[in-house]
Amino acid sequence: MTRMAATRDGYGQALLDLASNEKVVVLEADLGKSTKSLHFRKAYPERTFSFGIGEQNMMLGAAGLASSGYIPFASTFAIFTERGFEQVRNGIARPNLSVHLCGSHGGVHTGTDGSSAQSIEDLAIYRTLPNMTILHPCDDVSTRLLTIQLADHDGPSYTRTARNSTPVIYDGREDEIVIGKGIVVNDGNDVAIFACGVALHEAVKACHQLEQEGISVAVIDMHTIKPLDIDMVNKYAEKCGAIVTAEDHSVIGGLGSAIAEHLVKENPTPMEMIGVQDRFGESAQAHEMLELMGITHKDIANACQKVMTRKN
Amino acid sequence: MNTTIKGSIEQRTLIAMLSKSELESMARRCRVEICKMTHRAKAGHPGGSLSEIDILVALYGNYLSVKPDQPKWSDRDRFILSKGHASPGMYAILSEIGFIENQDLESYRVKGGICQGHVDMKWTPGVDFSAGSLGMGLSFGIGCALAAQLDESERQIYVMLGDGELQEGSIWEAAMAAAHHELGNLNVFVDRNNIQNDDFCIEQMRMFDIPSKWISFGWHVKEINGHDMEEICSGIEWMKQNKDGPSVIIANTVKGKGVSFMENNPQFHGAAPNDEQLALALEELGVIQ
Ligand SMILES: Cc1ncc(C[n+]2csc(CCOP(=O)(O)OP(=O)(O)O)c2C)c(N)n1
Repeated sequence: MTRMAATRDGYGQALLDLASNEKVVVLEADLGKSTKSLHFRKAYPERTFSFGIGEQNMMLGAAGLASSGYIPFASTFAIFTERGFEQVRNGIARPNLSVHLCGSHGGVHTGTDGSSAQSIEDLAIYRTLPNMTILHPCDDVSTRLLTIQLADHDGPSYTRTARNSTPVIYDGREDEIVIGKGIVVNDGNDVAIFACGVALHEAVKACHQLEQEGISVAVIDMHTIKPLDIDMVNKYAEKCGAIVTAEDHSVIGGLGSAIAEHLVKENPTPMEMIGVQDRFGESAQAHEMLELMGITHKDIANACQKVMTRKN
Repeated sequence: MNTTIKGSIEQRTLIAMLSKSELESMARRCRVEICKMTHRAKAGHPGGSLSEIDILVALYGNYLSVKPDQPKWSDRDRFILSKGHASPGMYAILSEIGFIENQDLESYRVKGGICQGHVDMKWTPGVDFSAGSLGMGLSFGIGCALAAQLDESERQIYVMLGDGELQEGSIWEAAMAAAHHELGNLNVFVDRNNIQNDDFCIEQMRMFDIPSKWISFGWHVKEINGHDMEEICSGIEWMKQNKDGPSVIIANTVKGKGVSFMENNPQFHGAAPNDEQLALALEELGVIQ
């Protein structure tokens, strides 16, 4: 049976793995139990700093630590990182300080907490900042490995994790996980699905469904939204000639936008974008939210059929 | 055309006051609903709902000038639950007062339900502010208070803050602005239950002398026992008399108040009672099962 886990657990594990590097420090804003930095706090209280419910303060505290030679990992819910957006923009990204932010509970998949907690714009807003690396992994293995790589990464980053468990796909495939490199989860010729986070699993299901109908589908895990793996995008645009993007995020400004912005310049390709269609979420279970927002495997499969009719 | 309804003083005192014991029974019924709602949803925030509920009951029971059949009546008093996660407390009192039906409580955290995970003015009649992100309600309250003054209305604005919530810097921007603008119609409660999300406040972020902070920001400040109806009622009356500037009541409360195993227990900030715990809670609250 497939192992299930939440990406936020991969983050918590990575912090423990990184602890042997004494420059690694952890910052919290009263959500360490949820983002999973609590394990590090318990083991290394002297290197863990509570900022209370004060996200803006935490962002710049992290910047100061980074400027003094430390490697800060700061986390809260994705939505509450946004509270400190301007601090991130002017105090972290502009001076290019290696502060690593993690926003957990991203997307509508967060569920019954409702719209105030469901960040559907985090990837978009951080993507607009020069110097930022943006990650949105789909399982705990890739989250763990990408977070570990961040400790040696030059410049600031934002990693979005999710609250709920999803299938683990990279057990035993650790070598394939590298910041900035998309991963071909399934190869195919007729249509390519680029997905990230929880939507990747919906894309895999859509792929199985379509393959039964005789359609050859490529599924690519774009765990790094920025810098975009342009080579991968170009390759599958040429190979398949039709692209669907899938993300638990607004269709405005996220993975779909990033790919469209690139392709329109170099290699215009018919595209469909699956994601939140310019609206806010609401309270419902995770799977109900994906249905409500049109981010299920059925929606992705329909989008594949549709985009293939537009092929040149 | 200006369609603002100007509230008259007479209208605002035409409330049949509930007795102390009537308020206490209402609070007990609300506590029962808070436990049931979170149990049904298998999620939510019982602790901070149980700590705030006596104040909500006193306010809605005896003081707020509102019309349940006209939730958007423009000259209503405002109640802003800034600690919007404590929504079960809000829904319980709204159903007592008649803004929503008792049966609506079953929609808490359910798809399409009017009782969203965090209070939301777009979804629930009687909710004046969409909260869920801490540190926002007081600033919104300033806007409401300024509007009431522009309208030359006597309507009062009440804001409920958590003590953990005071750690947000925006609270202190708002505190400064409210005193600067001499907002005598702005009345704040701090639900000081000493616990936040991860742990006790003294572990997460010590706040030292909270009353002195508000005093130095230019507010009228009073401390009360937030579970004593007489102290709550006289506190509200004290607030309404302070017309030259904003008032804050630091209400000393117990997180999870009324359910022994939830009391003062950080675990029940954001966790629902299971079947067994619900049965125990209802027994303690005097529900015959
Ligand atoms: C801006 C923001 N940061 C973090 C959270 C997550 N959160 C929800 S409740 C809570 C603790 C609140 O503590 P307190 O204000 O004392 O509320 P109470 O104890 O009365 O429930 C936290 C950190 C949030 N809702 N908003």
